[in-house]
Amino acid sequence: MAFTGLFLITFLIVHAGINSSIFLNDNGETFNEFAHFMSHNWIVRFLEIGLFAGLFLHIIQGFLLWKQNSDARPVKYLVNKQSSNSKWYSRSMGILGSLLLLFLVIHVSHFFVGTKVALYSGDKPHNLYDEMKEVFSNLWIVILYLAGVFSLFWHLYHGFHSAFQSLGIHHKKYIPIIRTIGTGYAVIICLLFALMPLAFYLGWLA
Amino acid sequence: MNLTLKVWRQKNPKSAGKLETYQVKNISSEMSFLEMFDVLNEQLILEGKEPIAFDHDCREGICGMCSMFINGQAHGPWQQNTTCQLHMRAFKDGDTIVVEPWRSKAFPVIKDLVVDRSAFDRIIQAGGYISVNTGNAVDANAIPIDKKDADHAFMAAACIGCGACVATCKNGSAMLFVGAKVSQLALLPQGAPERESRVLNMVAQMDKEGFGNCTNTYACEAECPKGISVANIARLNSEYLKAGLSSEEK
Amino acid sequence: MALDAKIPQGEMNEKWSDYKGHVKLVNPANKRKLEVIVVGTGLAGASAAASLGEMGYQVKAFCFQDSPRRAHSIAAQGGINAAKNYQNDGDSVFRLFYDTVKGGDYRAREANVHRLAEVSAAIIDQCVAQGVPFAREYGGLLSNRSFGGTQVQRTFYAAGQTGQQLLLGAYSALERQVALGNVTMYSRHEMLDVVKIDGKARGIIARDLVSGKLERHFGHAVLLCTGGYGNVFYLSTNAMGSNVTAAWKAHKKGAYFGNPCFTQIHPTCIPVSGDHQSKLTLMSESLRNDGRIWVPKQKGDQRKPADIPETERDYYLERRYPAFGNLVPRDVASRAAKERCDEGYGVGTTRMAVYLDFKDAIMRYGKTEAGKSGQDSNDTAHIFALGKKVVEEKYGNLFEMYEKITGENPYEMPMRIYPAVHYTMGGLWVDYELQTTVQGLYALGEANFSDHGANRLGASALMQGLADGYFVIPYTLGNYLADEIRTATIATDHPAFVEAEQEVHNRLNHLLQINGSQTVESFHKRLGKIMWDKCGMARNEHGLKQAIEEIRQLKHSFWTDVKIPGSLSEFNPELDKAGRVADFIELGELMCLDALTRNESCGGHFREESQTEEGEAKRDDVNFAFVSAWEHQGDSRWELHREPLHFEIVKPTQRSYK
Repeated sequence: MAFTGLFLITFLIVHAGINSSIFLNDNGETFNEFAHFMSHNWIVRFLEIGLFAGLFLHIIQGFLLWKQNSDARPVKYLVNKQSSNSKWYSRSMGILGSLLLLFLVIHVSHFFVGTKVALYSGDKPHNLYDEMKEVFSNLWIVILYLAGVFSLFWHLYHGFHSAFQSLGIHHKKYIPIIRTIGTGYAVIICLLFALMPLAFYLGWLA
Repeated sequence: MNLTLKVWRQKNPKSAGKLETYQVKNISSEMSFLEMFDVLNEQLILEGKEPIAFDHDCREGICGMCSMFINGQAHGPWQQNTTCQLHMRAFKDGDTIVVEPWRSKAFPVIKDLVVDRSAFDRIIQAGGYISVNTGNAVDANAIPIDKKDADHAFMAAACIGCGACVATCKNGSAMLFVGAKVSQLALLPQGAPERESRVLNMVAQMDKEGFGNCTNTYACEAECPKGISVANIARLNSEYLKAGLSSEEK
Repeated sequence: MALDAKIPQGEMNEKWSDYKGHVKLVNPANKRKLEVIVVGTGLAGASAAASLGEMGYQVKAFCFQDSPRRAHSIAAQGGINAAKNYQNDGDSVFRLFYDTVKGGDYRAREANVHRLAEVSAAIIDQCVAQGVPFAREYGGLLSNRSFGGTQVQRTFYAAGQTGQQLLLGAYSALERQVALGNVTMYSRHEMLDVVKIDGKARGIIARDLVSGKLERHFGHAVLLCTGGYGNVFYLSTNAMGSNVTAAWKAHKKGAYFGNPCFTQIHPTCIPVSGDHQSKLTLMSESLRNDGRIWVPKQKGDQRKPADIPETERDYYLERRYPAFGNLVPRDVASRAAKERCDEGYGVGTTRMAVYLDFKDAIMRYGKTEAGKSGQDSNDTAHIFALGKKVVEEKYGNLFEMYEKITGENPYEMPMRIYPAVHYTMGGLWVDYELQTTVQGLYALGEANFSDHGANRLGASALMQGLADGYFVIPYTLGNYLADEIRTATIATDHPAFVEAEQEVHNRLNHLLQINGSQTVESFHKRLGKIMWDKCGMARNEHGLKQAIEEIRQLKHSFWTDVKIPGSLSEFNPELDKAGRVADFIELGELMCLDALTRNESCGGHFREESQTEEGEAKRDDVNFAFVSAWEHQGDSRWELHREPLHFEIVKPTQRSYK
C-alpha cells in the first residue's frame, strides 16, 4: 500500500501542478497545451499505463487488506470506543478510498474519456479547458467534486505519513518533518483541486 | 457506589455467548476493578450461580494476564494502565459498565472473559530470542552498548504481552507486540546474528496465527499499558523490508 | 530418615569446583532418552527447563498461567546481585557470601550460599547474552546500584522491572527450546501430585485447567520450581495464583519441609484500604534511601500530615537506630512499624500505616540543583520544583504506581506504608544438590529453603532462582540421572500412576460434593487473618497454640461447609482455588508448629519471648543453630528432623543496628 500510495501521491503533484495552469487565467491556453502534450506524448502515455496499474494495485491491495483485517476479528465488540484511542480518518481509509474510487469513476468519465475519444476519432484538438468550464457550471457536480476532494484530503492526510511508517522510517528527527510535509502536501493539493471547480462555477476565470 | 454490569458470558469456545446484566452494590472507590469482580463473583457463588471466569494474576500491572475490554476500551478508561490497576474511582454511582473479552480470531474465547493468547508464545518460538546456550556467554561488559540503544531496547522490552494492542486494533493486528520484540533484539548487538531470520520468521508466524495488518491508526500505542511506541512497528517494517531484500532464504 | 546435606568436603571456596570436577556425567545419546519434568516457569523453572533442554534432555514444563512468561518472578522490581566488582568497590565472591549469610541471620547453609555467590557473576553474563536490557552508563557499560544489607554496589537492574526482564530472558530461552522440540510446554496445567515408584519420583499428575482433565506424565526426575507460599497470609505481594500446592503434595509424598515459619515481611508496601482488598503492592526498598519514616508523637492524631509540625513528629527509626536510621534491614523496619501502630500511633483511615516522607529529600535535592545553577535558594516553591524533578527521575514509576492505587500524590503528601508478606525463606528441604528427601525430586528457587536463612537480602531472590536453574541443576541433576540411564520410560498405566490419579480425582470430587454454604475466598481470608495476627511479624507461644487450634477448626469447617460451583470436567477457577486453599490451611498449621518450636528470634522470625531488653530480636545459637526439616506423618502430624548448621567461615554474632 505504501509503495503504490507514494506513487499515486507523486502523480497527484503532477496532476495538480498542470491543472493549476488554469489559474493563469489565459482562457486555458497554457492548460490546453499541457493537456495536448500529456495526451499525445508517447512517454507520458506509456507512464499512464503505469499509473492505472498502480491505482489498480492500490485498490486491490486495499481490498485484500480490508478482507484480511475484517477476518481477523470475526466477532465484533458490542461497545467499542475507538474515538478514545485513534483518529476517525485513520480508521476510515477503506471507506474514504471507496468514496474516492466512486468519485474517480465519475471524474474519469467527465474528462479522461472525452479526451481519449477526441484523440482517436476527431481531427480538431480537444478543448479540455472548455470542457471543464461546461462541467463545472453544474452546481451538483461542483458539490460532488468538493466532496471528492474532502475524501481525498483525509485519505492523503493519513496516507502520507502512514506510507513512511509502513516503509519503516522511525527516526525521531525525520518523523516530525515527514508529518509536516504530509500535512502541507494534503492541504495544498486539496486546496488547488477544490479551487478548480469553484473558480469555474463562481466565474473567477474567463 | 452501585453499578450495573453487563458482562460477556460464554460457556466454552464453541457455544454462543451473550451479555448478562448484574447489579453490584456498595462498591468502594478504593477497590480495584478486579476486586469489584471478586465481590460480584462471591455474590454469584452464594446465589448458586456460576462465577465469571476472568484471567488475572499479579494484580500489580506487570504479568500481563488480566485482559478485559471495558466500556469499549482495552483495560478500561485509564491510559497506560492494566485492568488490575484500574480503580473504581474511575466510575461513578449508577454507571453501567460493559465488559467483553479480547476479540480476535487469534485469541479464541476459552470461557467468559478468558481468551487463549498462546499465539503470542508461538510467535516468540518463531524467533523472539537470541540463540545462546547456558554457559556460552562472554563477560557482560565485553560488549559496550550505547546507552541510548540500551534504553530503547528496554522500553521495547517492557511489553507485558497482555494483547491489549491486538484487542484494541481495529484490524486485530499484533504488530506492536511483534515490533517490540523485534526492536529490542535488533537494537542490541547480541541480536545481530539472527536479525534477518528472526524478523522473517516472526512475521510469518504472526500472519499464520490470523492476526490482521497494521493500518497505522496507532490505537495500540494509545491503549498499551506500558506505552510501547509505534516507532517499534516502523522498526519492524524496516527490519522486514531489509531482511526480505537481502535474505537469501526463500 | 537421617538428613544428609551432601556438602562436599574441602575448603569452602573449592567445594563447588571440586564437586563439578567429580560429578557423574550423562553422555549425549543417553540424555536424549531421559525425561525431566519441570513444574513452574518462573526464573528457576524457565532457566532450568531451557538449560536442560539445551543439554539434550527431554523436558516437559508445566505452568498454571496461560503462558510461562507470566510467572510471578516477573514482578520483582529492584534488581539482581552479582559479585562482579565492576564498580571496583571491593566486592568479591567472599563478600557476597558473607553478606548473605549474615543477612540471613546465620540460619543458612554456608556451602550453598558460597556456591550462589560463585555463580552469581555468570548469571549476569548469561542474561546480557540473551538480550536482557540492563541499565547502562553513558560509556556503554553496565550500571549498578546498592541495596539493603550491603556496603558495595553490586545490584544490576533494569529500571524498576528487573524481574520482568530477567524472566523474559529465561522465557525466550525456554521458548527457543520449545521450538527446537526439546521442551514440551504445558500451560494452564496444575500439578496435583507426585508419582513415586520404588521410592523415587517418577512423574506427576497434572490437571489441564481448561478441560479439567487429569493427566499422567512420566519423568526420570521431577523439578519443582513453584515459588513461595506467602499467600498463606491471604494478603501478600505475591500473585493471586501463587500457591504451595505442588510443594505441599511433594511434602505429603515424603519431601521434608524446611523452616516453614521463615517469612519475609517487607516494610514498605501500600497499606490495606479495606476488607475488599485482594492483594498488596510493594514499594521498592530503594525508596528508603531518600524517604524518612515517621508517625505523629500524639496518639490518634487526626491532623493532615502537613499540619503536624516537625517537633510533633516521631522519626522512630532514626530515634531507635541512629546508626542505620531509615536503612535498617527489612525485618527490623517492619517490626518497628508494627510496634508504633499497635501502640496507637498509626495514621490513615485504618490507623495501620506510617508515613514515608520525601519532603526533606525533595528540598535537599532542590537546594543542590539550585546551587549547581546558581539560583536563589530562598524561593521554597522553586526549590521544591527543582527537587521534585530529581526525585521523579529516581522513583517516578513507583510514585505513579502509588498514585494509581491510592489516588494520592506522594510528592505533595507523604506515602502511607505498612509491612506486608513478601517472600518465604522456608520451603522444601533440599541437600547441596537441590534434591529433596525424595529421590529424583528436586526443588529450585523460592520453593526450596536453602540460601537465605531467616531473612533474605534485597536483590537476592532473582540471583538464587537463576543460579539454581542455569548453573546448579544442570550439574547436580546429571549426578542422579547418570544412574538412571537404564531406566526405560515407564508407561503411565503403571499402578502407581493409576492410583495417584485416582487419589487426586477423589479429592477433587470430594471438594465438589461438600456443597456447603461458605465460599473458598472466605476461608482463605480467615486463614490469612489467623496467620497474620498470630504467626506474622511477632509470634508468641500462646498465640501460636491458639492459631493451631483455630486452623484445625477452620480446616474442619472447610471440609464440611465449603461451596464450590461448577464441575470437575471444565474450566473451573474456583475449584483450582479450593485445592490451593485446602493446602494452605494444612501448611498454616505446620508454620505455626515450626514457629512454636523455634523458641528464638532470628531474621524475620520474631518470638516475643526471645528479645533483648530494648525489644530487639535475640538469637539462640546454642539451641537453635539448625534447619528444621519437617516430615509429614499424617493428618496434622509431623516429625521434626534437625540439620545442624556449622559455620566454618562466618562466625555468628548478634546483629545490632543501633
